[in-house]
Amino acid sequence: MTEFSKVGVTRRTMLKAGIATAGLLAMPAVLRAQDKSLKVGVYGGYFKKSFDEHIFPEFTKATGIAVESIAEPTGEAWLVQLEQAAKAGQAPADVSMMSQTSTLKGQATELWTPIDTSRIKNSGDLLERFVNKYPDGRVAGIGAVAWFITLVTNTNVYKEAPTSWDALWDPANKDKLGLLALASNSFLLEVTAKTFMGGTNALDTEEGLLKAFDKLAEVKPNVRLWYRDEAQFEQALKSGEIPMGQYYHDVTGLAAADGQPVRSTFPKEGGIQDSGNWVISRASKKADEAHVFMDYMCQPSIQGLMSRKVGTAPTLKKEVLDLTPEEFAAVSSEIDPIIPRYDLYTTKADWINQKWTELIVG
Amino acid sequence: MRREAPRTVADYAPLAFPALMLIVFFVVPFSIMIAVSFFKRNPAGFYTPDFVFDNYARFLTPFFGGVLGFSLMLAILVAICCVVIAFPFTFLLTKCSRRVQTVWLVCLLSVLSLSEVIIGFSWSTLFSRTAGITNLLVAIGLMSEPQALLPSFGAVLTGMVYQAMPYTILVLYPALVRLDPTLLEAARTLGASPVRAFFNVVTPALRNTLVATLIMVFVFALGSYLLPQILGRPSHWTLSVLITDQAIYQSNMPFAAAMAVFLVLISLALVGLTLLVGRKESAA
Repeated sequence: MTEFSKVGVTRRTMLKAGIATAGLLAMPAVLRAQDKSLKVGVYGGYFKKSFDEHIFPEFTKATGIAVESIAEPTGEAWLVQLEQAAKAGQAPADVSMMSQTSTLKGQATELWTPIDTSRIKNSGDLLERFVNKYPDGRVAGIGAVAWFITLVTNTNVYKEAPTSWDALWDPANKDKLGLLALASNSFLLEVTAKTFMGGTNALDTEEGLLKAFDKLAEVKPNVRLWYRDEAQFEQALKSGEIPMGQYYHDVTGLAAADGQPVRSTFPKEGGIQDSGNWVISRASKKADEAHVFMDYMCQPSIQGLMSRKVGTAPTLKKEVLDLTPEEFAAVSSEIDPIIPRYDLYTTKADWINQKWTELIVG
Repeated sequence: MRREAPRTVADYAPLAFPALMLIVFFVVPFSIMIAVSFFKRNPAGFYTPDFVFDNYARFLTPFFGGVLGFSLMLAILVAICCVVIAFPFTFLLTKCSRRVQTVWLVCLLSVLSLSEVIIGFSWSTLFSRTAGITNLLVAIGLMSEPQALLPSFGAVLTGMVYQAMPYTILVLYPALVRLDPTLLEAARTLGASPVRAFFNVVTPALRNTLVATLIMVFVFALGSYLLPQILGRPSHWTLSVLITDQAIYQSNMPFAAAMAVFLVLISLALVGLTLLVGRKESAA
């Protein structure tokens, strides 16, 4: 009893609390809002923060579905976790943002609940490359966000912006580059193919891939840092320690807007356009809410909001969007993008990974 | 108080909890890992239970042999550097006043509170061209212009030695405090210089402790994953980095498991060999 009196809980307050609870129970609207909820996995850090701040509250306001956002690790760790959890009948998130390669890999084990596009009003306006289909035509995932990896430079060190990806090969840039450390997230094979071999179709054959690897090996002396963690490179780029490399267009734009001496350039061969899908875990029991969520996210106005607030490139056709030319240029470009060959990272994954590791480690 | 050997089952009861923890959190996961290392990899998805040796076969190439050799060499070098620096330091520390000892130990313990990430990024700043220590050397006129000291093997080694040093000292400290001071006094009375007494009396007396410390730091350094990435070039990446690549980025669990099993076996073999050599020497 002494413990109780210390914190000041008297019988009176207990009664008050009881009445308040009863009042709450008598308000079915409030309860229903709590009932309808959705766990959404988004990439941790910047994405999660921006979505929590600008997108999810609007969604809850519009639909009454509460969103619990889950920070996903990048890479395939989240796919592995979802897969393991689904085997046990659990869904750590109902809807997840999933990379293209991971979406393809999840298809192999039927991890994704097929999406009924008739329940998504604007599904017809999605760019074709942002509809991810099972081999039999069922839709496994639809474009959530897209972003560009471009050629970035420190403006103090490089007064003139480079114009082509071939700057990476320039012997003058010895020991000055920061590049992503994995074949499947740097997409440098595609860059090599588009810059020197006439397009990413050159990677169709093993000979083509080997030629691309040989060409790419010439970049090695120029590379100071092969990074997995973005913070590692971003800091070095800002300080001029590593003045050139590949990095995310949106984040670089934000840093430049903050007054940092960095710039992002779309090379004439195009920026690398990577993207993530919304997918539904087969273990999720909230497919209905998930469809409402996707429908909401595919509206042109919401795509515009994401471009303005989060800095992602829209996944819908440019015509239906309400972005001004400046706003569009801040997140995208008219230059034909380099689209990664995601298929290679599922069909030839181990072979490419082995060659790649030997290339950069050896 | 007299110590009695446990006689009834109940006397063994206090062992049950740690044994259970060991089984649940070590034996079971490790067994699962061994099992997974024989599973069949499906490049387009995950893996299927099977019994194949493909994962081990893929590892047995000169390329992975080289990476494994580098990882072992790095861990051994870190262990030797740590013990060579920490042993004389800890010996001198035990000769200091109680107060000084406490301050030093608290400082060392506070280093343990730093995560590997913080240690890595701090050293990468210290070794950078734009903000690093070479700027100080330029300021006092020892160098003509600042230089980047990373990525390099030296940077990786420095970072890892820094990280393992507090553990090394904390393991050596109790043994050195308990060291019988009359041993040293006798050596000095018989005419040995302090340095000679340290090397000829203290070091042999603590041989077992030193070997145990070397092994501990070696095992600790073998698992290092972040520092080689932040401070080194790809040629300085340890096997742990490649294991993580396979497990996290390629979702190739069977191959990652096979590499991890291999790493554990090789390090166990090395530890066993060290102990065996030590026993033979003491028998001779």
